[in-house]
Amino acid sequence: MKIFKLALLALLAVASPAFADDFADAVRGLNADGYSDKIAAAEALATLGDGRAALVLDALADGRLYAAPDGALLIEQAGAFTDAVTRAAASGAEATAITVNNRLRGVARGAAGRLALFSPDPSLRKRAAEAVLAQPNPESAETIRTALAREADAEVRQVMTLALATLDLAAAEPERRKAAIVALKGSSNPQVRGQLQRLLEIEAEPQVKAAAEKALADINVRLTLVDMGANIFQGLSLGSVLLLAAIGLAVTFGVMGVINMAHGEMIMLGSYTAFVVQEGFRAFLPPDYIGLYLPVAVPVAFVVTFAIGVVLERTVIRFLYGRPLETMLATWGISLMLQQAVRSIFGASNREVANPAWMTGGIDLAGGFTLTYNRVVIIGFCLAVLGALAALLRWSSFGLHMRAVTQNRPMAAAMGIPTDRIDAATFGLGSGIAGMAGVALSQIGNVSPNLGQTYIVDSFMVVVFGGVGSLWGTLVGALSLGLVNKVLEPYAGAMLGKILVLVVVILFIQKRPRGLFALKGRSVDS
Amino acid sequence: MADESNPQDDPHGPGVPAAGSILYLDGVTVSFDGFKALNNLSLVLEPGELRTIVGPNGAGKTTMMDVITGKTRPDSGDVLFDQQVDLTRLEESAIANLGIGRKFQKPTVFEHLSVFDNLELALKAERGAFATLMFLLKGEQRDRIQATLGRIGLADKSGQLAGALSHGQKQWLEIGMLLMQDQRLLLLDEPVAGMTDAETEATAALILDLARDGTRSLVVVEHDMEFVRALGAKVTVLHEGSVLAEGSLETIQADAKVVEVYLGR
Amino acid sequence: MSLSTRLLATHDRRLWLGLGALALLLLGVVPALNLAVPPDSALHVPNYVVTLLGKYLCYATLALAMDLVWGYCGVLSLGHGAFFALGGYAMGMFMMRSIGTRGVYGNADLPDFMVFLNWKELPWYWLGFDHFWFAALMALAVPGALALVFGWLAFRSRITGVYLSIITQAMTYALMLAFFRNEMGFGGNNGLTDFKDILGFPLSQPSTKLGLYLLSALVLGLAFLLVRFVVTSKLGRVMMAVRDAESRVRFLGYSPTAVKLFAFTLSAMLAGLAGALYVPQVGIINPGEFSPANSIEIAIWVAVGGRGTLVGAVLGAFAVNGAKTWLTGAAPELWLFLLGALFIAVTLGLPKGLLGLLRTNKHG
Repeated sequence: MKIFKLALLALLAVASPAFADDFADAVRGLNADGYSDKIAAAEALATLGDGRAALVLDALADGRLYAAPDGALLIEQAGAFTDAVTRAAASGAEATAITVNNRLRGVARGAAGRLALFSPDPSLRKRAAEAVLAQPNPESAETIRTALAREADAEVRQVMTLALATLDLAAAEPERRKAAIVALKGSSNPQVRGQLQRLLEIEAEPQVKAAAEKALADINVRLTLVDMGANIFQGLSLGSVLLLAAIGLAVTFGVMGVINMAHGEMIMLGSYTAFVVQEGFRAFLPPDYIGLYLPVAVPVAFVVTFAIGVVLERTVIRFLYGRPLETMLATWGISLMLQQAVRSIFGASNREVANPAWMTGGIDLAGGFTLTYNRVVIIGFCLAVLGALAALLRWSSFGLHMRAVTQNRPMAAAMGIPTDRIDAATFGLGSGIAGMAGVALSQIGNVSPNLGQTYIVDSFMVVVFGGVGSLWGTLVGALSLGLVNKVLEPYAGAMLGKILVLVVVILFIQKRPRGLFALKGRSVDS
Repeated sequence: MADESNPQDDPHGPGVPAAGSILYLDGVTVSFDGFKALNNLSLVLEPGELRTIVGPNGAGKTTMMDVITGKTRPDSGDVLFDQQVDLTRLEESAIANLGIGRKFQKPTVFEHLSVFDNLELALKAERGAFATLMFLLKGEQRDRIQATLGRIGLADKSGQLAGALSHGQKQWLEIGMLLMQDQRLLLLDEPVAGMTDAETEATAALILDLARDGTRSLVVVEHDMEFVRALGAKVTVLHEGSVLAEGSLETIQADAKVVEVYLGR
Repeated sequence: MSLSTRLLATHDRRLWLGLGALALLLLGVVPALNLAVPPDSALHVPNYVVTLLGKYLCYATLALAMDLVWGYCGVLSLGHGAFFALGGYAMGMFMMRSIGTRGVYGNADLPDFMVFLNWKELPWYWLGFDHFWFAALMALAVPGALALVFGWLAFRSRITGVYLSIITQAMTYALMLAFFRNEMGFGGNNGLTDFKDILGFPLSQPSTKLGLYLLSALVLGLAFLLVRFVVTSKLGRVMMAVRDAESRVRFLGYSPTAVKLFAFTLSAMLAGLAGALYVPQVGIINPGEFSPANSIEIAIWVAVGGRGTLVGAVLGAFAVNGAKTWLTGAAPELWLFLLGALFIAVTLGLPKGLLGLLRTNKHG
């Protein structure tokens, strides 16, 4: 039996001559005169179960199938013609397009879709099976059964089984319907839920109905859990983005008391650094190394934005210590100039920064929810940055000096700490972290001169909400704002959710003007 | 809730009277991040009394003034003005309007306003926004400001910006502002810090002059023992947030505990 | 000294001479050169210049409002663009209702964008905007009420300095997001536009534009006198005291909350008035007016001119916007560099603005 199966697979793979002839005949049939003949030919082509037929049917549906004067059918792809049967290049000089009507197009599309069940690529097979699951069509039943018999991939098999079971929901015999419900009970696919709901509306048999209700309840519980999980993940993901944008601000605002309105532009510069590094890899290194551009871009961005931060501190900001409102206006001026500089160099439109191969894709979880790798990497990266910063502040001598300078500047100076250099380095550190954040954000959004503006209000909200001067507060602030935003989103919509969060933070600050994790004491007021 | 009035909750019991006092502090505790700036502080001031308060740095002198003027809320304890007004529930501005004035340790005058304007703002008058908008200085009010300018020795500086005054002159201007407010209780935090000897003497004379007519009560916090001696009033020694000793300067200086605190380390 | 003599009293007679000359120029010379001098003459003031000046006059009123809260009271609001925009929307709603059946859909009951969104009836908050007096009242009342509530919450909680700036910025940002939504019923992305006339005067007519210009000049003059009345009063001095040493003011018995709330609310109403005059002159109001960048720009007008002086605020609004008009035409990519450099130069080198520069040159 096993040997027989293997033989069958081998046969399919090499496509026996007899098989090929059938294929050629069926293809030729598409050039019939009447639409009903064409439809019959398309259906015949589909039942062959030949992977090549999918290309032909796709081309037919798209109006890209041509008939040459000698009767051979040609597929047009981006201006080039190939023979539909032999796949050899051909001249399309005098070929005429095969006319299609809506019905034929529908049949061709459906048939092509089912044929994808036989594609050599498992992900295509899975997608085809999911399409059947979404729109169960009794005609597909036979094809699915054939495909399931050949299928080796467990994941694809599972979807095919589900699809078959949903088809059975329409079976005439109550037993078969009930068996199908039992088979579907363990699924957490939203499509299955839809099918069961539809069945409940028309089901007359009480026993079947009860089984369907029970199965639906099970699925609902599972889907709700998945939904919650998805919301939490998305909230964490947004929170990590906010956190990345805000950590640098927590340093400059929290430690130095400097409101840096150009903070967003430091993020933007980090993103553009990632773009430049990527282009450098593309231009000067073999394509195999392209995946490494990202780990290289992170330190490069840190160094670049650190340096810019130090220059800004030395040339502008140090003259404004003790004048926070003026600092705010001056740094806003800096942000305008940086934006315009980037616009002049790189142009006003978006620049494409690609995910490296190892960050694309994701883990498919139940309920059509995907844990994308780039988001997971960013959450991890963000926690690493926060941890490294906390360690730096806590244990390094630079951190010690920094805390000393912020707590008592004259005393620190008297003890020989170079306060000027500490100021510059602290501002540079905040900017450098923003630059690294920019590299991360280039992976999930557009890189444009306005990138920084999108984050500035949000990151201020995070720092103010969490409590100025507390990294822990920044962490909690960012994650909770991210979560609240994403939890609200399904009910209120993205925009309204955002507005609500802003309003909540504004009201919260009335209650606790110094944020969640506020320092208390006489010194704070003065 | 039955034992709410349990006398054991209050170390002083219900018997300590606020009666007849202008200012009454009882069991006041304030802590900042675990550090107790005031620890069960109790103090009673009679109407018309002049009191000096001394104590080492960190003894809680400024925090006590913060509590009386509403800048800091105590964690526990009673602060009563004029026997019945609970100061722990009022805003700073409301307390000021009750008749409690304060001069800060670091002289704080409005540097971008003229000396005259500083006094005009302090002048006792309606404090509401609209009343202030429509305010017009009357003749006798102008005379009062002029008189005060003379009293604090700034008559020739009337139109000058307060920011341009010397340190000692700012101290005097701030005292002048207290006078304009016409308060019943004046809290003076280190009024002679940074003054020359001559200025210190003049300030002592002014304070004694203010205390003489008995309509105001004064609390003076000071480090300068010569100045405290010149005032010749009852002295309260604060230490680690509570009262260490109380009495005349001679009694205090003879007190072993006080000597220990000042010299012992 | 009565209230009116206080208003007019000044140590500097030249102030009133200068203001008189300016009023004569704006109210007399410009209209005369526009109407009486033939277009081919070099002295002719073209219509577009009149409209441009009208816009600047509104900006100057807005700058006065900003100067009152920031320059005198020390409250750097980064959300004043919101009050300006709200006033503008109020007037825009009136002009929207005035379109009547002349819209694309010819619907007498609903503005075009509502017909487009398939709305069936006018939302309740559009009721009353058929009347000019109501819209004019709302142009003052809505910004005023928002400032009153927002300011009361913030000042009462003693949110000061950069914190206040940040939350006012968040306020205007939230409003921008809200007004972008079609569901809000203010035209979403596109805002309100395609106005036809105001009180029966067609907006396309040069005479209407000249009229709006003259009205703007008059309003600026009245706003100047009003703000001057406030800042020269004792309340004005309390404001400056709050600006310089807020906590000290409390111990004098004044409530900084009340003082700041007065200034903030009055300022918001002035900003709303400026917005209401601005929109008929430019013919459109959209959510972009709420963008935080706009609000910060107002601060720079005031800073450039010289904050804490009313003449400075007006001067700054004209100077910065004049430069903007010229440079965005001549070399648009340079404008943001110049604006950014202005922010830095003024904060670092010119804390008293242009006016301070002029004064020191004169005296020193």
